[in-house]
Amino acid sequence: MRYLPHTPEEIQKMSQAVGVRSPEELFEVIPQALRLKAPLELPKPLSEIDLVRHLKALGRKNETVDGAGSFLGGGAYHHYIPVAVSTITSRGEFMTSYTPYQPEISQGTLQAIFEFQTMIASLTGMDLANAGNYDGASALAEAVLMALRLTDPAKKTVLLAQSIHPDYRQVVKTYLSNIDCRIVEVPFGPDGRVDAAVLKKSLNDEVAVCCVQSPNAFGVVEEVAKLSAAVKGAGAMMVGCFSEAVSLGLLEPMGRQGADIVVGEGASFGNFLNLGGPYLGLFATKKEFVRQMPGRLVGETVDAEGKRGFVLVLSTREQHIRREKATSNICTNQALCALATTVYLSLLGPQGLQKLARINYSHAHYLREGLLKIPGVQRQFAGPHFNEFAVQLSKDPEEVLSKLRQKGILGGIALKSWAPGMERSLLVCATEMNSKAQMDDYVRAMREVL
Amino acid sequence: MNMIDKPKKAGPGKRGMIFAEPTIFERGAPGRQGYSLPEDEIPAADPAKEIDAALLRHEAPLLPEVSELDVVRHFTRLSQWNYSIDTGLTPLGSCTMKYNPKVNEEVARMSGFVKLHPQAPVADIQGALELMFHLQHYLAVISGMDAATLQPAAGAQGEFAGLLMIRAHHAAQGNPRKKILIPDSAHGTNPASAAACGYKVVTLKTGPDGVLSADAVAAAMDEETAGIMITNPNTLGLFETHMAEIAKLVHDKGGLVYCDGANQNALVGMARVGDMGVDVLHFNLHKTFTTPHGGGGPGSGAVAVKKVLEPYLPVPTVVRRGEHFDWDYDRPKSIGKVKAFFGNFGMLVRAYTYIREMGAEGLRQVSQRAVLNANYVRKSLEADFHLAYPQVCMHECVFSDKIQKKFGVTTADIAKRMMDYGYHPPTIYFPLVVPGALMVETTETESPQTLDRFIKAMKEIARECREEPETVKAAPHVPKVRRLDEVKAAKEPKFVYVPKNP
Repeated sequence: MRYLPHTPEEIQKMSQAVGVRSPEELFEVIPQALRLKAPLELPKPLSEIDLVRHLKALGRKNETVDGAGSFLGGGAYHHYIPVAVSTITSRGEFMTSYTPYQPEISQGTLQAIFEFQTMIASLTGMDLANAGNYDGASALAEAVLMALRLTDPAKKTVLLAQSIHPDYRQVVKTYLSNIDCRIVEVPFGPDGRVDAAVLKKSLNDEVAVCCVQSPNAFGVVEEVAKLSAAVKGAGAMMVGCFSEAVSLGLLEPMGRQGADIVVGEGASFGNFLNLGGPYLGLFATKKEFVRQMPGRLVGETVDAEGKRGFVLVLSTREQHIRREKATSNICTNQALCALATTVYLSLLGPQGLQKLARINYSHAHYLREGLLKIPGVQRQFAGPHFNEFAVQLSKDPEEVLSKLRQKGILGGIALKSWAPGMERSLLVCATEMNSKAQMDDYVRAMREVL
Repeated sequence: MNMIDKPKKAGPGKRGMIFAEPTIFERGAPGRQGYSLPEDEIPAADPAKEIDAALLRHEAPLLPEVSELDVVRHFTRLSQWNYSIDTGLTPLGSCTMKYNPKVNEEVARMSGFVKLHPQAPVADIQGALELMFHLQHYLAVISGMDAATLQPAAGAQGEFAGLLMIRAHHAAQGNPRKKILIPDSAHGTNPASAAACGYKVVTLKTGPDGVLSADAVAAAMDEETAGIMITNPNTLGLFETHMAEIAKLVHDKGGLVYCDGANQNALVGMARVGDMGVDVLHFNLHKTFTTPHGGGGPGSGAVAVKKVLEPYLPVPTVVRRGEHFDWDYDRPKSIGKVKAFFGNFGMLVRAYTYIREMGAEGLRQVSQRAVLNANYVRKSLEADFHLAYPQVCMHECVFSDKIQKKFGVTTADIAKRMMDYGYHPPTIYFPLVVPGALMVETTETESPQTLDRFIKAMKEIARECREEPETVKAAPHVPKVRRLDEVKAAKEPKFVYVPKNP
């Protein structure tokens, strides 16, 4: 066993030093009846050769997004990851290090998080960002909880735009399931945006917080500033959320549009699709709210000789100090995913990110124009979109998708279960990974299928 | 000695090369680029034609303008300021900092896994579902439970999911109940998770022998109590010997038993919490099953349950239908979802790979050697550092600064001095029930030679505490930075870099 260094002689010697005949004897503190009598029923151990062979075989049973063309988005987006990102995140010093509770020997992780916080704060238009949450969905749930802590306890209504990704809405509901509050969903209008008139009607003294997503679950860019003004006018807090971080290269940050807390999914910045995880929750807010923010936070300071250094700060908010009175039970911060994001954003820089966002926009635009030329394809929402958009088909989207799949194309996501009245709707995404040829093929295939 | 033969008041950087490195924002030059994006074959669409000018970004974000070499060198230098398992022994109690096998990384980075879209049709992800299906099963087998979910992103989220299931179970009986019993030695996440589920925390006092007594539980348990959260072995490194009796007491009042699985490294292959009356358990795959800690995540907090809680598992679970694997969303009693999609899949691949490499006998050897190593350290240092509980321990043992305090040296000082000797400090000041705790867990992957060097260093530090306490109190001397001013960091908070000439 290559991970177990002890030789039989060493085990013998150590057992003697401890005062037992064998290591098994140390387990006699466990009552006999509770000890395992038979070996665990697990498959036989594999050598490295067989292990790699087995995992390769499992991997081959999967079809990756590198095939003929994937137009899947819906909360996870296929982007190119520069090789240097993995080079850095694979370094054992980052990958196998512990949480930086001992700052003198964790300055690498701490400075990287400080740089991450700076980038995320600037991208979201906020004063500061934390070191990371689990994912966009749980970050949104934590943002709602934070807003509830920051508002009058008598306010018990949480407004949730129905145009927020369904998984995100479900996670919010799970997190709030034992909190004394009421969730009210705000519908979207024919343009795919939050129905401002309905929102205004829903706003009353009871409302603590309103959450919107932009680009929303259907890819549509919301008019966040207008919605914020209404929400803030009613004395509630505004939470802005996103699932496609690349949009931040093109769109005005929600922090500049009146949001009090901005959260989102950071996976698009340098993290693999990985079947949905590990991803990275981004969480940014204003200075005055920092003490109610969940999660780790790094701050700059100096050491005993006056040299610049970084430490975890305000940990009195956190569970390891405050236990049941903590702002959240969260402990980890997806540090390695945050590192991937920091390296990725460093490589792209302000120009690269803007260019990437524009390529995404242009690709989605090109694909949309191609699809809309097909009889049987209609644009679902008039509102502007970023890199994904919804169309209405003349046939059942599930059937269309399975026929496209036979042609090697992952044509999008059927929206039937996402919101009422979307039985014929399909969500289509295009990124820099979709070549012109792929998109032309997709349009051709769609024409044949319909 | 280990890395450094005789650490005195040597300044940082005197041994080996430690580079000064500014923040990445202070590197580079305006207009420099580190990206490679194609000149597009598609005509650029002007966003301003469709998107309102007010909704388009007005100001460029604060991102560095650097070349690829700038980036690689910057982060490589940063990495060199980190201590890690690959660097040396990291004896953090309850954190199980064992070796993270390289083959796990290789397979988890295969394109057949990393390039899977969570919205892909199930026919396209059969290999991934097969892996998840088996991992659910293996975790249930290892813990003696009936079913498992792989969704929670980390231990704390696993606790949250597990407690929500307990609550859902009680709610289905007509009363969600109000309280949860938690021993005073528990991890901070336990009470925080209980509070997040709307429960009031009732703290139970650890007995004089370091374990929870059945009497303490009997006195607190009533029909308004949803259950107990117990860590076994507990954070003192001791097996909760009254576990079966405690579980019976809780069950008799209709309550359920939650086990924090942080310390499963002591039990794998030797005992199963499912045989001890536990109804729900979270694993930390990043502890027991070798997925890397990553400097603070991503982890994975898979949860295993007994039949009584199976209906409440988060959606979806992975099921086998004939020859095929599928998501099962048809679970009307489910607590819902705790995160988007299905869990930290990349971590699941690593844990699965590890279990397949080790097999049943391998895992049994893991816990035996982890416990042997811990007792070897305990026995070797018992004359030098006060042991809170001197008896045989499981995978970790808890020392304190009781002896050293007489010389004016505290646990924090000892911890910092360990860095000078080339070791990561253990978990300190935890568990809270031991004042000045030094909680040491060396894991099974460390050799006796490594332990001997560590023990020698600890004895040397104990001597320093007696003979030259000032050296210890001024530590660390060797790392890149000296002790950091945490008060200043809190009083004059700087959470982001502010350019000098914006």
